Amino acid sequence: MVRTAPFDPPPQYAHLRADTPVTRAALPGGRSAWLVSGHENVRRLLADPRVSSDRTHPAFPMFVEISPEQMRKTASFGKALIGADPPEHTDRRRMLITEFTVRRIQGLRPRIEEIVHSCIDAMIAGDRPVDLVRELALPVPSLVICELLGVPYEDREFFQGKTRTLIRRTTPPDERSQASDELRAYFDRLITAKEHSPGDDLLGRLIVRNRETPVFSHELLIGLATLLLLAGHETTANVIALGTLALLENPDQLAALNADPTLVPTAVEEMLRYLTIVEAGFRVAMADIEIAGTVIRAGEGIVALGQSANRDQAAFQDADQFDIGRGARHHVAFGYGIHQCLGQNLARMELEVVFGTLFRRLPGLRVSTPLSELPFKDDAAIYGLYELPVTW
Amino acid sequence: MRIIVDREVCVGAGQCVLTAAELFDQSESDGRVVVVRQPQVADLAAVRDAVGVCPAGAISLVD
Repeated sequence: MVRTAPFDPPPQYAHLRADTPVTRAALPGGRSAWLVSGHENVRRLLADPRVSSDRTHPAFPMFVEISPEQMRKTASFGKALIGADPPEHTDRRRMLITEFTVRRIQGLRPRIEEIVHSCIDAMIAGDRPVDLVRELALPVPSLVICELLGVPYEDREFFQGKTRTLIRRTTPPDERSQASDELRAYFDRLITAKEHSPGDDLLGRLIVRNRETPVFSHELLIGLATLLLLAGHETTANVIALGTLALLENPDQLAALNADPTLVPTAVEEMLRYLTIVEAGFRVAMADIEIAGTVIRAGEGIVALGQSANRDQAAFQDADQFDIGRGARHHVAFGYGIHQCLGQNLARMELEVVFGTLFRRLPGLRVSTPLSELPFKDDAAIYGLYELPVTW
Repeated sequence: MRIIVDREVCVGAGQCVLTAAELFDQSESDGRVVVVRQPQVADLAAVRDAVGVCPAGAISLVD
């Protein structure tokens, strides 16, 4: 299913919600799965203890087929956290949550503000038009996650490039394997160095805690570090770029935000809902699960369409409207259930600082390319913009 | 009305703290939910919101 408007999910989702809220479908990679499209059912399934996130299960919904050999080589990426089930998932997540509490993230605000200001300073000092993705949307979350994890920011070209390769669904299998092998090798070296001398950064602290209570093997630490770095920069970057564009395309909303900066947190929450850059949550039923009058059998795949859930009229009034004053936090942009995004409060903080600063410092900001010519990431597992040329 | 939290299922998402920081906090030592104080009548709407946004079903409001 494809988008027909840059901010809206594929129009078929509305038909699914209305007519066949739980329906069997063939996926692009060749597998079949149940598509679940309504807000309530998406949340119920993602929170159901009878679903598994095991990406190596033969029925796990995949959009891109990955060879068994490659699957084995990169298994630790999934197993570390997002592809783990309880009780292993419980132990692993608990090793990390102190690093991402609301209070810990609030402590990062001054540094995030510095980073955002320095990016905007550089934009002002340079030539126009400026690619906002390259100069603000990518650098802010990349630098923040690098400093938090203890990954050298000098290596950004390497990991940003590999991430682009991996999330593009059209990447040829050989190129995909090579990119994951290179990332694995990079993090093998980094984790090995940190195991010898753990510094005061998230990965260093984790390695120290892990010695007291062993939860992560060396291989799982590699997978975890890869996941945190990828999830920490690529996702927020896309919301910064798309959120900027959404405000520029909705001048009444931008004017409301400029008139009342206390709206920044609800504006960010609405961007998360309205833009929902991650299409769906993927699971496998471990037992027969009855939902909306349909029985999903044990061993069948489930695609919980978060993008659809977040536009469900039953959960959000005028769900297709971008309304920065909405203040609804029951969206599923970060997923739902035990796997709900670990870094969600870091993402919120980065977005709040960006959208509390950008239009104040560059009041005349505008896109310098027509909307129809902008390169949207229609071919990627995480939606966004490859480039956003702006001037002011 | 009382808030009951199940710290065994809490995943530390922090949604309750964002909803009502005067009622919920995350423990310094393990990041999981702690109740700051029990709710008054004026807090009930916020508690229901917190129950609704908790991804792990860790919070309940009981009579």
